[in-house]
Amino acid sequence: MNTSVNIAGVELKNPVMTASGTFGSGMEYADMVDLNKLGAVVTKGVSDKAWEGNPTPRVAEVTGGMLNAIGLQNPGIDVFIERDIPFLKKYDTKIIVNVCGHSVEEYLNVVERLADQPIDMMEINVSCPNVKQGALQFGQDPKVLEEVTKEIKAHAKQPVIMKLSPNVTSIKDMALAAEAGGADAISLINTLIGMKIDIYRKKFVLANKTGGFSGPAVKPVAVRMVYEASHAVKIPVIGMGGIATGEDAVEFLMAGATAVSVGTANFAEPKSTEKVIKGIEDYMISQKIDDIKDIVRL
Amino acid sequence: MSMKKRKEPAVIYSQEKIAEGIYSLWIKTSFAGEARPGQFLGVYINNDAKLLARPISICDVNKEEGLLRMVYRTAGEGTKELASYEPGTEIQVLGVLGNGYESALDTDDLNKALGDKKVIVIGGGIGIPPMLLTAKALDKEPEIVLGYSNGDLFLEDEFEDVGNLHIATVDGSVGTKGTVIDAIKEDEIEGDVIFACGPMTMLKAIKQYARENGMKAYISLEERMACGIGACLGCVCRTVNKDHHTHVNNTRICVEGPIFDAEDVDI
Repeated sequence: MNTSVNIAGVELKNPVMTASGTFGSGMEYADMVDLNKLGAVVTKGVSDKAWEGNPTPRVAEVTGGMLNAIGLQNPGIDVFIERDIPFLKKYDTKIIVNVCGHSVEEYLNVVERLADQPIDMMEINVSCPNVKQGALQFGQDPKVLEEVTKEIKAHAKQPVIMKLSPNVTSIKDMALAAEAGGADAISLINTLIGMKIDIYRKKFVLANKTGGFSGPAVKPVAVRMVYEASHAVKIPVIGMGGIATGEDAVEFLMAGATAVSVGTANFAEPKSTEKVIKGIEDYMISQKIDDIKDIVRL
Repeated sequence: MSMKKRKEPAVIYSQEKIAEGIYSLWIKTSFAGEARPGQFLGVYINNDAKLLARPISICDVNKEEGLLRMVYRTAGEGTKELASYEPGTEIQVLGVLGNGYESALDTDDLNKALGDKKVIVIGGGIGIPPMLLTAKALDKEPEIVLGYSNGDLFLEDEFEDVGNLHIATVDGSVGTKGTVIDAIKEDEIEGDVIFACGPMTMLKAIKQYARENGMKAYISLEERMACGIGACLGCVCRTVNKDHHTHVNNTRICVEGPIFDAEDVDI
């Protein structure tokens, strides 16, 4: 059976990766998950300087999912290069570094610091709904997205994945903009902007008021958007949004994704990534499919 | 010292309501042999619509029988569902989580580290349960101060067996009328070290009291969590100094906590 997929010249042993922000840099999950089995680890977003993130409460459960407003807390690229990349290099998996910033300059600072690092790809977060300045503003206007993508591509040594926001009018236009800017791949969906109110305490549950909605409940939205985006562009699409099982992953592949990411499911079941990989293999056996590329694309 | 974290099934051994909205749950689990005072478990609800584990503190263990006890409050839909489970029900549990008092005091032997120091064990509301395992771990009987909102007490008889018990109630129906600090003052309780868990207002008052009286206070913090193992950065607390892991003035309650030296955290 062949489950390997190719994204921008990088060969992944299987199409399953972690969704940024749900898996740290793998360190915390290494007790429970064999990182060698994963197609790739996509790290939590890293910026040029350390970010403190938002006040707490930062997370809330909702029916079939959760809200988060972490605010991209991270130790900054220097610590990341010293600590997280060497850790991940011990494993036989691909390393995709998620990059965040408040400004184009901040993105470029990280992209340039990564140039001589042994990583396989970078994913640019232009779609975080939880930081006030930057991030999402680059991901909601196709012209701005195309420009940012061009700038990053001009400086990046590794293939660039642009991570798209679902909080847009036309995901197709955003996918086309990323492609026009030279992106090697796109990933979607980032979280949907949500809100939860505690009616007894008469307060917003999250200190940030709004947060990114993720989990099984968002899957139909994600599948639809992956379908629309992947049919608009020629570059590979990494699909995510509510994937918890092999069947969920296959649904995204049929919608047009080349690979998938497992996010919130890691919180519900730490071994979710391994379970998704096994589930895809079980599906291929049951459907007598020898090569994952032969899974029908609708 | 600490075993690998894991998610595994556990079976409900018994469950009973011990006060209004307060349940005592014993589960059969391998975690009983590893749990240390101040640590907690992530308890999953048998309901796919409720994804996240509920962080619940460990109240007691029976290592011989492989049993572990959690006393929790039915705060929302998830814990209400948990309260409805009958003995024999299998649940999924993530453990053992958090540092516990030993790690917080940077020791393998709590009693050795404490030496001659007198400990005051303080619990407020649903912060009371974890203090039982903590009080039981101490060789020398501690002074124990429990704060309740009213006379609907719970666990007080069990605390009576392991230390010198003082009670405060907000409505004055039992013991000192007021807070745990009021009880400490009224009963002239003296000590060198405070171990405490309870609402934030109580913990802030304890931090202040300890500082004024030259005492050391170790407090247990609580925050909404997603992963419980330090990956998501959902449950952070502001710190006085830069945290060694996060490199900002934020520390992960689920890993570096929940027990902190009160002077290290900005509460």
